[in-house]
Amino acid sequence: MKKGLMMFVASIALLLSACSRDTREKLYVYNVGEYIDREVLNLFEEEFNCKVIYELYDSNETMYQKIKAGGTNYDVAFPSDYMVEKMIKDDLLIPLDYELIPNFQYIDEKYKHLPYDPENSYTVPYFWGTVGILYDQSVIKEPVDSWSVLWDDAYKGNVFMYDSQRDSLMVALKLLGYSMNTHDIEELEEAKQLLIDQRPLVYAYVTDQVIDNMISGNAALAVVYSGDATYIMDENENMNYVIPKEGSNIWVDSMVIPKTAQNVELAHEFINFMQRPDIALMNTEYVMYSTPNTETLKMVADQEWTQNDAYSPSEELLATLPMETFRDPGEFIKQYDDIWTQVLAAPNRR
Amino acid sequence: MHESTKRLSYPYIVWISIIIIIPMLLIFLYSLIDPSDGNPMAFRLTIDNYVKFFSPIYISTLARSLWIAVWSTLACLLLGYPLAWVIAQCHPKKQSSLLLLFIMPMWINMLLRTYAWISILGKNGILNNILEFFHLAPVDIMYTDFAIILGMVYNFLPFMVLPIHTAIAKVDKNLIDAARDLGANNRQVFSKVVFPLTLPGIITGVIMVFLPAVSTFVIPQLLGGGQFMMIGNLIEKQFLLTGNWYFGSALSMILMIFILLSIWLMKRFDSDGQAGGALPW
Repeated sequence: MKKGLMMFVASIALLLSACSRDTREKLYVYNVGEYIDREVLNLFEEEFNCKVIYELYDSNETMYQKIKAGGTNYDVAFPSDYMVEKMIKDDLLIPLDYELIPNFQYIDEKYKHLPYDPENSYTVPYFWGTVGILYDQSVIKEPVDSWSVLWDDAYKGNVFMYDSQRDSLMVALKLLGYSMNTHDIEELEEAKQLLIDQRPLVYAYVTDQVIDNMISGNAALAVVYSGDATYIMDENENMNYVIPKEGSNIWVDSMVIPKTAQNVELAHEFINFMQRPDIALMNTEYVMYSTPNTETLKMVADQEWTQNDAYSPSEELLATLPMETFRDPGEFIKQYDDIWTQVLAAPNRR
Repeated sequence: MHESTKRLSYPYIVWISIIIIIPMLLIFLYSLIDPSDGNPMAFRLTIDNYVKFFSPIYISTLARSLWIAVWSTLACLLLGYPLAWVIAQCHPKKQSSLLLLFIMPMWINMLLRTYAWISILGKNGILNNILEFFHLAPVDIMYTDFAIILGMVYNFLPFMVLPIHTAIAKVDKNLIDAARDLGANNRQVFSKVVFPLTLPGIITGVIMVFLPAVSTFVIPQLLGGGQFMMIGNLIEKQFLLTGNWYFGSALSMILMIFILLSIWLMKRFDSDGQAGGALPW
């Protein structure tokens, strides 16, 4: 019996030592799915002789809950604007040392000092974009320029909405001419009613599934993020992207170092690496979201897939439309939660 | 039971306490905490989280989950019983390979298998392409209740077939012969002899399909297109999205009560209380 126990302990010890044989430094990176060219991670590992442990989340909220709950040791994360604001408020981020991130100089001034990080002391922008309507030109012959097309009976069962409360409520609020950051419960109620009225027309509420579905033309209309739109249009030439005249969401996703970080120095190196023009090029070519990196933008500016309002909407267009950026609603988020739950739970039969 | 064999169960009891009983108590505790405080350490006890559930949206969400789970379980039973019967009639050697074939798809991750249905059922999917080839009208079943039930039946059918197969295999052939000798026709043999003897297997199967069916959130998410919020989705949303662990815990407790209630109801059909004995493991 004693002997058996010894063997057991020995084998466990052997197993553990086998696990830790890789003595390179470790960097824990936490990102959304399909938001990087994986080859970049290999290059980083080679260059800095470290091991990147790359984990995925499916929404800002999931990432927030996981970092807030503790027990993780992520060194770099990629929150969106409003989530950055929330994480700063909740003291979950480490201020960055921009001396260690020389490539920050390549970031267009437009994406610095934005309201979610006014001093720009916590973030380095990663990608930016808009939300708009992707439509199938072979089905929809009329010009599309308004969110109202998503309420058109002619396209019943032909509409993909985005399965995220802020994004779907944004569509309704904008159509009503309200701010997508409203704190007015009456306005939210109106938006709710609009979305409930729309339910019979909606084919499904999806997130990433929209990509495969629109490439194979399963619906004529979809609310999509600009980068996904660029990718879909590259695969299916019938598709076109438009930012509706009522305005929309203009967003920026950033790289941050959460308080959970164990390897702050290497995390800085990683963020810097990600905005090195050639690396940023690999990423933008792979995920097809718009880069805030001026050098990289020059490299893709004349490529065919960037010639559209999804990848590179003109400055004039963005200036004339009532665009907004999501803000963290604080405690008021509960109202958004309730409204959205009511929309999804509303009875409906297609 | 002998003292030394009893001792063998200690690791199991410790294990169960750590991974089931303690977390359950924690969930129960969470469900009683006032969410407005935000600080669970300074907790104020309340039943608000439970009261919140009793509004039409949440009740209808639970009702829809129960309804879809009942249909899925019924479909599994109607498909699974004859299948288990056919397998049980084969030569024992063939039986094990048939069962293996049946379980084999479960070696592939459930998420992946459910994802595959998206490309099968989609508007321009495989199914409609086949229908088109035969000049038949295309069907539009993706993102409907039907798609959800289909996904559940596909994923949970083995849980129905295995216990029923075990129960059928255990039925003494002499009893069937005796019934026939006494003049029972096929239907009587089934309803008076086979069915009562396999009832424990059916009950185990029903419970094992109903439980995951009522609480799953992946299948309605993928195949229902987020249109049919079920209780599982609602709970997932409270934990992952809105961070309202207190309401999420209360919902989990309520779901647990409904599950225990349905198990208790099922057990009442099984007067001998043998259901657990027919588990395949």
